[in-house]
Amino acid sequence: MVATKETVQQVRDLGTEKYKYGFSTDIEMDIAPKGVNEDIVRMISAKKEEPEWLLEWRLKAFKAWQEMPEPSWQKVAFPKIDYQEAYYYAAPKGSDNKPKSLDEVDPKLLEMYEKLGIPLREQEVLAGVEGAPKVAVDAVFDSVSVATTFRKELEKHGVIFCSISEAVKTHPELVRKYIGSVVPYSDNKHACLNSAVFTDGSFVYIPKGVRCPMELSTYFRINAENTGQFERTLIIADDDSYVSYLEGCTAPQRDENQLHAAVVELIALDNAEIKYSTVQNWYPGDENGKGGIYNFVTKRGACRGRSSKISWTQVETGSAVTWKYPSCILQGDNSVGEFYSVAITNNAQQADTGTKMIHIGKNTTSKIISKGISAGRADQTYRGLVRIMPKAEGARNFTQCDSLLIGDTCGAHTVPYIESRNPNAKVEHEATTSKISDDQLFYCLSRGMSAEDAVGLIVNGFCKEVMQTLPMEFAVEAQKLIGISLEGSVG
Amino acid sequence: MALLEIRDLHAEVDGKEILKGINLTIEPGEVHAIMGPNGSGKSTLSYVLAGRDGYEVTGGEVIYDGKNLLELEPEERACEGVFLAFQYPVEIPGVAGTTFLRHAVNAKRKYHGEAEFDAMEFVKFVRGKAKDLNMPDDMLKRAVNVGFSGGEKKRNETLQMAVLEPKLAILDETDSGLDIDALKLVSDGVNALRAPERAMLVITHYQRLLDYVVPDRVHVLANGRIIKSGDKSLALELEEHGYAHILEAAA
Repeated sequence: MVATKETVQQVRDLGTEKYKYGFSTDIEMDIAPKGVNEDIVRMISAKKEEPEWLLEWRLKAFKAWQEMPEPSWQKVAFPKIDYQEAYYYAAPKGSDNKPKSLDEVDPKLLEMYEKLGIPLREQEVLAGVEGAPKVAVDAVFDSVSVATTFRKELEKHGVIFCSISEAVKTHPELVRKYIGSVVPYSDNKHACLNSAVFTDGSFVYIPKGVRCPMELSTYFRINAENTGQFERTLIIADDDSYVSYLEGCTAPQRDENQLHAAVVELIALDNAEIKYSTVQNWYPGDENGKGGIYNFVTKRGACRGRSSKISWTQVETGSAVTWKYPSCILQGDNSVGEFYSVAITNNAQQADTGTKMIHIGKNTTSKIISKGISAGRADQTYRGLVRIMPKAEGARNFTQCDSLLIGDTCGAHTVPYIESRNPNAKVEHEATTSKISDDQLFYCLSRGMSAEDAVGLIVNGFCKEVMQTLPMEFAVEAQKLIGISLEGSVG
Repeated sequence: MALLEIRDLHAEVDGKEILKGINLTIEPGEVHAIMGPNGSGKSTLSYVLAGRDGYEVTGGEVIYDGKNLLELEPEERACEGVFLAFQYPVEIPGVAGTTFLRHAVNAKRKYHGEAEFDAMEFVKFVRGKAKDLNMPDDMLKRAVNVGFSGGEKKRNETLQMAVLEPKLAILDETDSGLDIDALKLVSDGVNALRAPERAMLVITHYQRLLDYVVPDRVHVLANGRIIKSGDKSLALELEEHGYAHILEAAA
């Protein structure tokens, strides 16, 4: 006991590294009046120059949202959100006419992305690491997509990668066919609000037989005060295609909470594969839990085709409150769903996250590996659902959820639901709960490592299985992020 | 100048005094053995030198390489060249041996203002060390000590020692749990690391290890004090007559 207390003090004295993305950028903004009502919904639709069918969809969603109750089953606690106290549209001035080249974009914006280490300039990416694969980037600043790189090259392969606002104009039939088909607006309160007021997001379409030649990625940055971020992403992988997509998120340090209620829909057709990775580092609030992003997102993938595959990898280190369940609906026979997650909560952060794997087709497989690390006074819950429908012959699931507790004031909980309506299903569940032992810490210290370095190393080892599934370009950054988000925690 | 000077060291664990006035001087290049019955304070001495939490120094001083060792944090002591080969090395799941060592070596380099190794250079460096010690490469690829046999764990400690190149190596019961073949392998490793600028403090129960790692001085630690010191023949004497003989003489 004496040992632990001294180590606690030692590490506390190290201090916390300031959230290094906490800066805000001074740019002329075009901001809608505060609050959300039918006029705002119409205004957003008009600004985007959307067709009638989309406006009608938004309005239906808005009406449904007004009548929907707030959910109350979650383990995370937060003060009631006053939806009228936020702005629902904020865009850098002049973005009505999308810039034709990066030269037309406000240089301060570009500077900001550079500061965040995001390769907006194709030259930089090309000139970067030798032999490194190119990464196409769509940069979303507050509510609008600012620039998308490598468009021409992607077009050569028939790959469509653009903002969803643009896709509505250039490929309306595709958007109309799929939007809301995986996450209907009535799904839950936050998805419903998103359907009404979403302002941008990424749209990806991979044609039949095409293996997307590069990683696609979107960086979300919430900058303006008091705005919510409601992005909508739609990815469609046609027969025999493959795409790997990465989402990165940051936001400046502010005292108020900001809502991020995104919706991501993935559709994989016959023999198609979508790999979706997220490295989330939204502002987590200060050590006392003041401020920080509310990260309430709905992500779902439909494995519609035979032998289709969707895998989700998430590294969630930020946000004051994280509430999300990236899921897979395994409709196609022989389809595969995977979920790999590392969730870190420190100081006063909270998370209620997990996944849903719904087995419908025959011989479907799902794999869930969840690593939760809790430190400080944080609280974290893994909530998972494995549902095997009656006709899902030969269904197999493997779930492993491991929690690591650092210090003695944090919490980790597991709520696994298994519903099997088919007697031939094989469902396996393993769970462990552990602490970083003083022995392990001392072993590292005795080799010259600092306590921070040691905790980072041990936690990375703990998360290895998940980290391995991240695209290489981002694995290194994610490892560093893990170390940083645990600063000030204890062994 | 002596590499290590321990003067009247007193230490307690959980409020109980274990070290009751240790005096010891070690010159660079020397190998000193510490033997003694269970509970005499051998491991306590090694943990106090390494700076482990929970071991409180209540008196005396330790001068290491001209510095006040007791004022340094454990990681600082390691960077200054103190290495402890643990009796029960702990497992670190998911962390490959190479990764672990790279962090350790780079921490030391950073401390001394030297350039750090990048991953590729380091793999080359550490493989070379493993080869010198006749150790299989796979020990580096596997997670630290995970699933290692007793012998493998001790060999891994020797490999770490070779990579970190300490000035003072403290080997805490390196021979415990080893069969004859493993003992020979580990001893070969330790002997390969003997050097004029390096000193070793070998803590052991049994004389057997000292057949392979021949000490310059042998000390008997009992009831928290060094009650007798001699050359390597003292170890043979203990082997023949046991501790009781010496304890009586000292009483």
